[in-house]
Formats: sequence, C-alpha cells, structure tokens
Amino acid sequence: MTQTPLLSLTGLTKAYPGVVANDNVSLQIAPGEVHALLGENGAGKSTLVKMIYGLVKPDSGTMHMNGAEFAPAEPRAARAAGVGMVFQHFSLFDAMTVAENIALGMENAPKLGALSAQITAVSETYGLPLSPDRIVGDLSAGERQRVEIIRCLLQDPKLLIMDEPTSVLTPQEVEILFTTLRKLSADGTAILYISHKLEEIRSLCDSATILRLGKVVGACVPRDTTARDMAEMMVGKLLQTPTRTPHAKGEIVLQLKDLKAPAPNAFGMALKGISVDLRAGEILGIGGVAGNGQDELLAALSGERPVAGGMLLHSGDDIGGLGPTKRRARGILAAPEERMGHAAVPDMSLTENAMLTGAAREGLDRRGFLDWSAATRFAQSVIDTFDVRTPGPQAAARSLSGGNLQKFVIGREVLQRPEVFVVNQPTWGVDASAAAAIRQALLDLAETGTALIVISQDLDELMEISDRFCALNEGRLSEPREAQGITVEEIGLMMGGAHGMEVAHV
Amino acid sequence: MMDLSAINPLLFIAGFFVAATPLIFAAIGELVVERTGVLNLGVEGMMIMGAICGFATAVETGSPLLGFAAAALGGAALSLLFAFLTQVMLANQVASGLALTLFGLGFSALLGQSYVGIKPPRLGDIDFGPLADIPVVGPILLSHDIIVYLGIALVVAVWATLKFTRAGLVLRAVGENHDAAHALGFKVKRIRTLAIMFGGACAGVGGAYISLIRVPQWTEGMTAGVGWIALALVVFASWRPFRVLLGAYLFGGLVQLQLNLQGVGVAIPVEYLAMSPYVITIVVLVVLSRDSNRAPGSLGRIFHASH
Repeated sequence: MTQTPLLSLTGLTKAYPGVVANDNVSLQIAPGEVHALLGENGAGKSTLVKMIYGLVKPDSGTMHMNGAEFAPAEPRAARAAGVGMVFQHFSLFDAMTVAENIALGMENAPKLGALSAQITAVSETYGLPLSPDRIVGDLSAGERQRVEIIRCLLQDPKLLIMDEPTSVLTPQEVEILFTTLRKLSADGTAILYISHKLEEIRSLCDSATILRLGKVVGACVPRDTTARDMAEMMVGKLLQTPTRTPHAKGEIVLQLKDLKAPAPNAFGMALKGISVDLRAGEILGIGGVAGNGQDELLAALSGERPVAGGMLLHSGDDIGGLGPTKRRARGILAAPEERMGHAAVPDMSLTENAMLTGAAREGLDRRGFLDWSAATRFAQSVIDTFDVRTPGPQAAARSLSGGNLQKFVIGREVLQRPEVFVVNQPTWGVDASAAAAIRQALLDLAETGTALIVISQDLDELMEISDRFCALNEGRLSEPREAQGITVEEIGLMMGGAHGMEVAHV
Repeated sequence: MMDLSAINPLLFIAGFFVAATPLIFAAIGELVVERTGVLNLGVEGMMIMGAICGFATAVETGSPLLGFAAAALGGAALSLLFAFLTQVMLANQVASGLALTLFGLGFSALLGQSYVGIKPPRLGDIDFGPLADIPVVGPILLSHDIIVYLGIALVVAVWATLKFTRAGLVLRAVGENHDAAHALGFKVKRIRTLAIMFGGACAGVGGAYISLIRVPQWTEGMTAGVGWIALALVVFASWRPFRVLLGAYLFGGLVQLQLNLQGVGVAIPVEYLAMSPYVITIVVLVVLSRDSNRAPGSLGRIFHASH
C-alpha cells in the first residue's frame, strides 16, 4: 500500500506499577481497513485502544493521524479527530433514553428533537433499527450496542474502535453487525476490531496484529491463517484441545418439571415452565443471550431462590424447597457467573472461600466449630490440582486475576465430587489456555458420572463439551437436541433469532 | 380548652411557606448532590453551620441578606471538607456524612457562644404594592420575604436545568453510571465536588432561614433534625424536584398545624403532635414513591478512575 496510513503508532509504551501493559507497540491502519487486534487477557489490547481514544497517556512513543502528530489528551480530543469507540462493557446510562445517551457522547449535540431525526436517519442507512425515545434499560444487548454504534457514526468517525463487540450477540445479530461494518469499511471508515473469536476475525478483518504480554508478537492476514495458528500465536505455545471419551450415560439424577419462578426484580427474567431431565455423566449445554433467565435458572438450581414443590426432583426426591446448604449436602453444587462477590468473597482469603462452599461436603466444620487446617488443605489441593497461580491459600480472592480465580472457583466445586454440577459462564473472561483447562475439567467430571448443566454464551464452548444442547430465550428453555452435528443457524433459531429486532421496529 | 376559631386561617396557611422554606433549600441542594451519585448525610451539619454563619454575619453587619450570603459560604465551606474526604481521599460517604453532621453541630455551638440571646436584624417582606391587598391570595402568597420566593425559584431552576440543559444531562449521567461518564470524558470528581458545594450552600441558606427568620434567634442544635427530614424527603420524592416541593409544603403545613393545635390546647399529648409531621410526611411520600422509586445508579458508590 502506498497511501499514507490513517493511523500509525510508533513505539508506544505504557507501564503500570508492576506491569508493562504495552511495550514498544507499533502498527498502522489504512483508511477503510478492518484491522484486528488479537491477544489474550492482559496482553495489552485495552490499554492500547485507550491510548488511541485519549483515556490513557502513553509513557513514550508517538501516534500519527493522516501524517500529523496525534496525542489526544482526553476522549473529547480523540472524538474531534475522528476516533469513535464502542466499549466492551457498554458505556450507557440505563435510566435515560436512547437520544439522551447519544447526546452525552457528542461534542456539539443538537436539540433532542433534531437529534432524534438524525438517529432515525443513520439507523436506516446502516440497517440498525432503533427508536430514539426508548429507555436504554429496556433494550436488549444487541440494541444497546446499536446505540453505541450510532453514537459513534453520528460523529462521522474515520476510525471506529470496537472492543469485543460480539460477545453478547446472537449469531443473527452478529451477521447484521458485520453487514454494517463492511458497509462502513466500504465507505472509507477504518475499523480497529478487538475480539477473542477467531472465526469472526477471519470472516471480517483484512489484517491482524497479535499482542502478547504487551508486545507485538506477529501480524497476519486472517483470511489466509487458520484460527488455530492465530490462537497459538496469541498464547505462544501449542494449545491443548479438550478431549472427550464417549461413555455411557446413567440414570436420570435431576428432573426439572415445568419449573416456574417469578422475576427477582424489575430487570430480571421470570422462568416460564422449564422441563428437562438430566442423566448421570451427561453435559447439558444451555446457550442464549445474557438476560434471558440464565442467572435465575442457576439461582433456582443452586437453591439461592428455592422453587415450589414438585418442580425440581433429585433422584426422585422433591428438593425444590431446600436451600443451598441442604442441596450441597446432597451433592448438587453450583458456580455462578460473577466471580467477585457471588462465587467468591473478594476480601476473604482462598481458605475462607473454600470453607464457605466446602464446609458441608468436605466436613470442614464440626458442630459449628470450623476446622481451619482442613480448609487450608482443601484450598491448597484446589490450587495444586487446578494450577491456580497465587502465592498460597492465604491470598485474598480479590488479588487473583480473573482466570485464576475462575479456576479456583470451578476447582473448588469439582473437588467436592458433585453429583450434579451447575455452572454459569465457566470461562467468561478467561484466556484460551485456562479456558481449555476448565473445559477439560468439566469433561473429566462428566466421565466420572457427574451430571452437568453448563450455561454459557460462548457457543463454541458449548459445542465442544455438550452432549445435548438447548437455549434459554425469554425465560423458556428450548427442546434439548443432540449437540453432535447441530449448525450455527439452528442454534441461532433456538436462541430466538435476531433477538430484539422485532421490538425495535415498533 | 380547645377553641379552633382562635386559628387565623390566612396566617395559618401563609405560615406553611415559612415552615417549608428551610426544608426546600436543604432538600433541593441534597437532590442535586444525590443526582450526581453522592450521598451526603451531612445536611444537618451544613444547615447548622449556615444557621450560625448567617446569624453572626447578620448581627455584625446589620444586613440579613449578607447573612444569607455568609450562610451559603459557610455551608459550602463545610461541604468542601466532605468533598475532600469522599472525592479525594475516597472515604466512605456514609461515615463521612455522619462525621460532617457531628462536626457541624459541635463547631457551630463553639462559634455561636457569644450570640445566644441576641435578636438578629429582621428581613422585611417584599412589597407587592396593591397586589398584596388582593383578598386571600395577597396575605397567603404575597406577604413573604425574598428567600421564600428564591426557594421556589430554585426548585424550578433545578428542575429545568436537570431536564432541559446539557449541564443537567451530564450531571444525571455522572450519577447514573460514573464509569460510563468517565469513559465519555466527563470530569466525574469535578462535577461531584461542584454539586456537593451547591448542596452545602443550599443547606446553609436553609439553616440561616431558621435562625434569622423562622425562630429568630440562635440556640445550639436549633435545626432540630430538619436536615434529616430533607434527606428522607429527597429519597421519598424519588429524586424529583417538584415532589420535594410538595413534600416540603406538606411537612411545613403539618408543623404549622401541630403548633396551632398545641396553641389552642387540643387534648392530645404534645409529643404526639410534635412527631406527627415527620410520620405523616414520610407515610405520604412512601405511598407516592411506590411506583417510581429509582435511585441514581451510582448513588453512594465511590468512584475510582482505574487506569
């Protein structure tokens, strides 16, 4: 390419106490190019885009935009220079309308009436249906993302940064998004695209830069590179694919019979008549877009929110009214999605956290008195077995990285030899090698005869480990299907198609 | 003996405004603070600081209006301490607010030692000319000092600012989700500090209204819990300015009513009468707020700009 790059980064370095987030990073993006930024958690992708967006100042190195020096002191300056960013965790305000949200992200926002007209115009041009007066808190994840994208588009960006945009979308919504992005790219807007999902990058991106531990370790043309090769460049070593050995399924251990539960709060989802049987040694994968009843289903199964009699049977006994401790004693264990504050108490040590869920099954308490040395041994065995990187069981849960804490949280339950194990988002925010280890642990657990329910939004993960697959949509569970041979389109339909699209037209 | 005819209905209703004004100021200030996501429990302390600063200044200069200006400064100065603790030192807002109230009560007592038993200069009512002679409306609505009208104007201004201006939108955004507001490049701490100072100034004026006009004299701890009522009012008014106004008038009216009932000797123990405004106001506002009790998303959470 002979044209001047739109954006060129040279030798960017940014250090935080104890860690170099970016070390001498250079890359170039041409106008209209879709450029992927790849790397594991902690590789420095977020820091890099925050520097481009003016949220973080580099310690050294330079940026050039269209050949001119570019050093945004704050997001405002970056936006003025034509950089737009769609955040991984949406930077939206739930209690406000779509138009108000968009106005907040603009430098010279017009009056709300005029802005609403602009929003409607842009949303039609790019095929992103969205009504300006709706309250953002009522929107689906896909619609919320459209709010962010339209906010960026209204400022006519030359470069659009997207941080993990598809992690909350159904396959159909991903297609709609990609159509929009391709259109933008054809119009000359460059896109810097961050994602873990390598197949998406292969279908969308023109080029890719791979970061590892803050350094650029390679570049490739995603179309000509296999996903596996890219993954290994990211990790820096060969990846272990989880292996599964076929084994016979046992008796039915858990039955859900028309399980209903009201929504826990205004933003929750009611469970509407869920029926499914689970056999020993089987993994039931439950897909679906977040907010369709995943948390509520886990709470109903773990006993956090007991359900009415006759809805939940364990080996034929009605356990609907039992709380978590009694269910744990029976061997029904659960690991919720949110690690900090739900699965683990952030300010307590790993030993204390091990005590909290392990007491009933591991005999860590005797007549109300706690056996701390046994709890420490148990925590240590979790750390050893699951390769949790930490100074020791006395470390606070908060001090562990997301992936390490996740390994601890899952390992803590796995080592309690569950009869039924329910887990929500087992590898959310966990890097590829830790995710592979966790999936292998779940497969091994099934082989020993445990029945598992794995709730996840990562379809590749569910395909890799599930025996049967079903989807949650609006609090209802689809009919389970054999996971073998199921296609992405079929899964998308089970998940409710392009979720939220119909609503947006109203 | 009870003689309800001893109550002059016009003076009685006009008294609503006087009784409600300290509450209006304190609550509308706290409403703005809470809409930016900060919970300042120091309202009572800032009010009493305003009460003594206003009283002392009015006595020394002979000008009640200068007294109100000093009250606003005094309240804002004390609120800066809270802003320093919570926005710079990232201290817990609840504990800092309680400390502020205790500090304000003690410090004001120290400052006020030489002012006990003095009469402050009076602030005259606004002269509406012939309008004030309109029957009923004149004595009720057009017979007050400027601060009463300023309070109402302030509520309208806060409502309009929050609803129609960009500054109001940004302010609400900071209170709704401070991380998102920060990501968009808004100065969360600066906006919050300014709001806290505004709240302090309003509370100060409210306090001075008690010491300069409503009572009018200086005694220790004379705000007597109005700051706490203001805090409750903001919550039960669902963080909406006009509901604050409504609640303040309800409370003011009930205070006025119970004082009058005490005056005419109703056969109910004084303690019941004295607590009735608090109970009834809260009950009414709880009922009102059942449908729309939506607190600002970041209320009371400490903001720390990571990376």
